[in-house]
Amino acid sequence: MATSVNNELLTRPDTTSGRVISSSKLPDEVKGTTRVRRSHRQIRTENVFRRTLTIVGLVMVVLVLGIMITLVVQSMPSIRSLGAAYLWGKTWDPVKDVYGALPFLIGTILTSFLALAISIPFSFSVAIFLGEYYPKGWFSDLLKNTVELIAAVPSVIYGFWGLAVLVPIVRSFESSIGANSIGYGIFSSSLILAVMIIPYAASLGRSMIQMVPANLKEGAYALGATRWEVIRSVILPYTKSGLFAGVLLSLGRALGETMAVTMVIGNTSIMPTSIFSTGNTMASVIANELPEADKTIYNSALIELGLVLFLVTVAINMIGKRVISRFTNE
Amino acid sequence: MESTIVKSVNYNAYFGENHVVKDVNIEIPRNNVIAVMGPSGCGKTTFLRGINRMHELIPGATAKGKILLNGEDVMEMHPIFVRLKIGMVFQRPNPFPNLSIYDNVIAGYKLNGIKLPKAEKDKIVEHSLSRVALWKEVKDSLTKKGSFLSGGQQQRLCIARAVAMEPEVLLFDEPTSALDPISTSTVEELFHELKKNYTLIIVTHNMQQAARVSDRTAFFYMGELVEYDVTKQMFTNPKDTRTQNYITGRFS
Amino acid sequence: MEGKIKYRIGKSSSFQLLTIILACSCVMPLVAILVYIIRAGITKINWSFLTNVEKPVGELGGGVIHALVGSMLVIFFASIIAIPIGILCGIFLSENKKSKLAYWCRLSVDILQGVPSIVIGIVAYIWMVKPLGLGYSAFSGSAALAIMMLPIIIRSTEETLKMLPDSLREAAYALGMPFHRVVLKVIVPCGVSGILSGVMLSVARIAGETAPLLFTAFGYQYLNTNMTKPMETLPHLIFKYAITPYKDWQDLAWGASCILLIFVLLLNILTKFITRKWKVQL
Repeated sequence: MATSVNNELLTRPDTTSGRVISSSKLPDEVKGTTRVRRSHRQIRTENVFRRTLTIVGLVMVVLVLGIMITLVVQSMPSIRSLGAAYLWGKTWDPVKDVYGALPFLIGTILTSFLALAISIPFSFSVAIFLGEYYPKGWFSDLLKNTVELIAAVPSVIYGFWGLAVLVPIVRSFESSIGANSIGYGIFSSSLILAVMIIPYAASLGRSMIQMVPANLKEGAYALGATRWEVIRSVILPYTKSGLFAGVLLSLGRALGETMAVTMVIGNTSIMPTSIFSTGNTMASVIANELPEADKTIYNSALIELGLVLFLVTVAINMIGKRVISRFTNE
Repeated sequence: MESTIVKSVNYNAYFGENHVVKDVNIEIPRNNVIAVMGPSGCGKTTFLRGINRMHELIPGATAKGKILLNGEDVMEMHPIFVRLKIGMVFQRPNPFPNLSIYDNVIAGYKLNGIKLPKAEKDKIVEHSLSRVALWKEVKDSLTKKGSFLSGGQQQRLCIARAVAMEPEVLLFDEPTSALDPISTSTVEELFHELKKNYTLIIVTHNMQQAARVSDRTAFFYMGELVEYDVTKQMFTNPKDTRTQNYITGRFS
Repeated sequence: MEGKIKYRIGKSSSFQLLTIILACSCVMPLVAILVYIIRAGITKINWSFLTNVEKPVGELGGGVIHALVGSMLVIFFASIIAIPIGILCGIFLSENKKSKLAYWCRLSVDILQGVPSIVIGIVAYIWMVKPLGLGYSAFSGSAALAIMMLPIIIRSTEETLKMLPDSLREAAYALGMPFHRVVLKVIVPCGVSGILSGVMLSVARIAGETAPLLFTAFGYQYLNTNMTKPMETLPHLIFKYAITPYKDWQDLAWGASCILLIFVLLLNILTKFITRKWKVQL
């Protein structure tokens, strides 16, 4: 029986999704009237429109593939001549054609994770504040919108402000604890980054916390749990994958952030020795050096950094999105 | 003898491999009200949507067989022509929320890009709204959005929208199931008026409604057309036991 | 027993207090930046600032007109590229929920959304600057920014259109409307607020982008309206002068920051209001 239905399916004319293959036959009396002639033109336009949409969809796929392929192809000279040693070489000296990306990898990881560590208490507090304690009211709306505006401020402005305000403060803080007092460096970059990435984890966390079913919370309250105990033993465990995804999105953002970091990190291509030393991240070294990198291998080495950055951020974002969609489907 | 306007020949409809309408043969006379009833999931709505080729808009839905409109197979026509000739009103009132009441009525022209002189548009709007007994209620608020109206008014607006296109057949998919009793009776009264000019096919859940408004009734069960007869005949003396069971309330 | 409970309640309240303090303190850096930039910048904005191009160090009366015009042009051309493609792609995704191409397209958009702006800059540089004879151009900057706008517009269009009830589409189809009219005359107008908000947010987002412009539009000290030549933009001017030691130039940067910041924030706030006002009641 099933196979006969299958055969019928195969032989039936294709009429799915409004797409019709057969020509349009008309009753004689309406042929040639304005309305019908118009409709004929519309049928052609309809097909053109459908095709346009498909082409645009294809263009997006080709664009992203093109970006990937371009990065790989342009990195080839560097990959071929430097090999994997590129990634753990400690020296970056374009004049002598020595390219080791380790200082930038370390710089990127240090700034990003430090920024993450600083921002998490704040972003989670915002998430809990808006998601659990005060989900409604004018003050919460204000806080929510203000936190979202943090993400709207251009990064070059964060950088400029950091340069003018934050760096001197960090400098005096550093001299008070006896570190090398430059002000510029990984620590300053992390502080700026920490502010910039708060909204990402906060807004995702808020929506996740609001999705916690009321009956779970009520169950805990009915047993005499305090508000904090409900948050710690019901809400946080329930939303932990969602919060984790928020942290990942923040991290992805921090890794790729360029301008603010470039302006306050000090731009030195040596291995950072502490969180107060100057350095460079992958993004900041590209921003600084790509316009003047005229030697093929130098240029290609910088593009390879871009490729690494691309792969890492894409991986982090995709994992984050996967986690979110799994969480919201549950 | 009344002339036949819609006739289906071995009409079958599928969702993927699910056979939901099976070999339906029905002849619908002009200027009649036909009620299509049956338990939920019996394929009556699918059949109705097949008549104006709305069925195939659902991904994976396919159909086979013939549906003749004035002897012309709609399955061979482009759906646009079919839908210009066969209007449809849905279960929930769905006026276009971005358009005014006026524009909602002439939406079929306006949104299809058919330019009409203002006087003609005014005439169509007044005429269509009068036909659905809505003109007096809304003539002073034609520029308001359609979503401001009550549910019953919205549904009548949707009927006016279909009527404005001057179709030959009007399909109604449970048109009153989302309305209150008073709006329901207003819409039911309309059917008697509308059938002077159009042929009405109404899918309904409600047996009393079928009995009240229709000239003929078709009873669907498990995707099959079990019985099709003059309404009075069907309700007083059903031939099939399944129809009898349904009418007497043995299954819902 | 009672002491234990009191302890627990106290712990709960103190945690609540801590949360409130931390949450509210998030606002402080934003307020600090706003106040500082506006105070430092507003005094620098005057007629000659808005009408002149930059001057060498020591000469008075430098301005940012070249960067203002440049930013407008670069953003304008980026929008021209990205808005139609973005909206069409969003429509494609919402109307073809299950097709294979839609799956890959959605994946591509997801990827593109996570790509750091500097990487987009590199790619635009490789495609449109590096090939012999091309060199830095404002148009390559527009292209880079357009790529950054796309995922924002596509996502908001798709999400908005997906939320519209099927009954709308059915109503339109039942009137004999062809597919393109159903989409363009019914679906898109009903989702206009969401699409518009995506477009505005994407403009706000790229208006302050600097990284992709570093090696595309590059920068230029005179007024230029030729899209095939290098062009100055506000964010790039801020970057260029923020890191100089000269006060005159830094002042230009403060004024430019003030303008840019106010523009971006206003655009963000405006988006909220406009979308609320234009929202079609379903």
